Amino acid sequence: MNAQSSERLILEAGRADRQYWWDLWRYRELFFILAWRDVAIRYKQTVIGLAWAFVRPFMTMIVFTVVFGKLAKLPTEGAAPYAVLVFAGLLPWTLASSILNDASGSVTGNAQLVSKVYFPRLIIPLATVLVGLIDFCVSLVILAGVLAWYGMMPDWHILLLPVFVVLAVLVAIGPALWAAAMIVKYRDFRFVIPFAVQVGLYVSPVGFSAKIIPPEWLLLYSLNPMVGVIDGFRWAILGGESPLYLPGFALSLVVTAFMLWFGIHTFRRTERSFADMI
Amino acid sequence: MSDVVIRADKLGKRFIIGHNRLHHSAILGEALVRRARSVVRKGADMLRGRAVVEGDVLEEFWALRDVDFEIKRGEVVSIIGRNGAGKTTLLKILSRILEPTSGRVELNGRVASLLEVGTGFHPELTGRENIFLNGAILGMTRREVLSKFDEIVDFSGVEKFLDTPVKRYSVGMYARLAFSVAAHLETDILFVDEVLAVGDAEFQKRCLDRMSEVASAGRTVLFVSHNLAAVTALTRRGIVLKEGQLIFDGPVEAAVAQYSLSLAKGKAGREWGRGRHSAIVSADLLDPHGMPTDTYEPGTPFRLRIEVETMDTLGIGFDLQLRDANNLPVGYYSSSTFSKMTLPSQPGRHVCTFNLQPLFLASGDYSFDLSAVSLPSVVDHDVPNAIVFNVATCSPGGIAFDFNQNYGDGVIALQLDGPMRIDPKSPSTD
Repeated sequence: MNAQSSERLILEAGRADRQYWWDLWRYRELFFILAWRDVAIRYKQTVIGLAWAFVRPFMTMIVFTVVFGKLAKLPTEGAAPYAVLVFAGLLPWTLASSILNDASGSVTGNAQLVSKVYFPRLIIPLATVLVGLIDFCVSLVILAGVLAWYGMMPDWHILLLPVFVVLAVLVAIGPALWAAAMIVKYRDFRFVIPFAVQVGLYVSPVGFSAKIIPPEWLLLYSLNPMVGVIDGFRWAILGGESPLYLPGFALSLVVTAFMLWFGIHTFRRTERSFADMI
Repeated sequence: MSDVVIRADKLGKRFIIGHNRLHHSAILGEALVRRARSVVRKGADMLRGRAVVEGDVLEEFWALRDVDFEIKRGEVVSIIGRNGAGKTTLLKILSRILEPTSGRVELNGRVASLLEVGTGFHPELTGRENIFLNGAILGMTRREVLSKFDEIVDFSGVEKFLDTPVKRYSVGMYARLAFSVAAHLETDILFVDEVLAVGDAEFQKRCLDRMSEVASAGRTVLFVSHNLAAVTALTRRGIVLKEGQLIFDGPVEAAVAQYSLSLAKGKAGREWGRGRHSAIVSADLLDPHGMPTDTYEPGTPFRLRIEVETMDTLGIGFDLQLRDANNLPVGYYSSSTFSKMTLPSQPGRHVCTFNLQPLFLASGDYSFDLSAVSLPSVVDHDVPNAIVFNVATCSPGGIAFDFNQNYGDGVIALQLDGPMRIDPKSPSTD
């Protein structure tokens, strides 16, 4: 630490902080520790503990398969069993929606820290991403089980799955950062986010295939960036059974990039006055 | 590299605060209109990107204004001032928690701040886990915590309970563990706020020792406290803040004197505002001759005089809250509940004198918060720190010992009604 003792800092109203990203790097351990704290306290005083990470996605998959596959009789993609189609959509959706939920409330949830210590505030919402990823890994285990149950073997497409995982995180984090900053200022958004997530579940092709959307609407539908992400997951998991709709995917990428920029921008601009408002 | 590690230049911080006018009319229509107006105002604020402030009336409030100072490497400086003088705001700006509204600060070196002990402690996690969590929050790396781990545990004295969730800790153990982590921070510049206000006497002494160790290790320390004894013991230079402005910067003894003076003079020049039905105009502690004073001799009659103006016919009473130097409540009196006394109903000015029973208060600083209360117990006009006084020495019965607040044994020397009785224990009664 003595190596940094020559650092020099100027605090002034509205001053853009050039050291911010360097600080973010320096506080990286806090990032891991906050994530570890959230994981460590998560299943305290529960009876079945970590099993909750298995039960929730598994039950959701069954419900969706029955409702969309059996009752509504929506078509699957190629020869894939409906349950696999649903689970391949559920994976990115759960990841993205839990990040959006947790990260958006995280700054107000850590008000005690924000008003008493300095660190780059971005660490707080980013730490929840790590927590979401841990749950995601548990879900991957379920996916393996489900695939084995149906005797399916993913082909080389699955190697590109990490790319879509990153994409799912990026899709969620833009709006999450924006919402986190807005909730500090206007608590109204605390009620908006769960509602948006609930609606999003039905607006995104989670319980059904995006292929049932009429082709002339598909590009417009892809404005919802989750469409691209979920399609990507299905492409990677189901392999050739589910070809990617490239123009839509590209559009999803553009929307994601914009939301990411906007989220970070809003968060960074508001961050300085968090302690004033929280 | 220059030797100045902290330079504050015309530093200012403004808050927007909201007040609620007390509304007595309970007419539904009126209440709805008011609510609607408030929604419209907040909506408009939101569209303009402003923060939401609760209340009917908004007011600008400068917690700090035009504060300039320079602190050199290795200096240990105390910041003193009464509650609301801007001390914590200043520390929060220096430690980058709040952004200044005007002016600028230049910092050279790694900064750590202790605004409270145990920030981020999680009740469900064990002592061991919390050491790492708290360390990281205060800006220590895992390696630093590891290398100091044994020292931290030793200092705290809770090693038997390291693997117990801290929610099972006693308040004292919790505070000790929390302070121990903080005490082992190693930074060039350290800001400490009122940390010593917690824990028992033995623990406070340990904290003080540690603080002077830190100070003598050549680090720059900024220290905020109400504890004037600690301030004089630990620091050589003092900065006095009053209502957001720097009124003195110099040797600590002079700073403490200046602070005491500002406490005494505070009441003359202060605008106390008014409530809806009443206004406390002035308040004094009286000496045995009935003259205003700011010192109290323990065990002598305790007389307060309050001048109040009432506007209409509601029965106004007074609440008195006596506080010690750490601003902890010591005693309370309410005229309407304790003695069923309220002011006469005609409007006008009244002078009320209270004769409290003599108290053997420990030596140190005290203050009275006054509030005029309308029935049924609605605070109408509230004046914190309305009366400020000092007890120079407390030696009940002329003993050669001064009972002081800082000993941590409380603020009242208990008195016996007569001499202690000593009887031989008769073997038969057992």
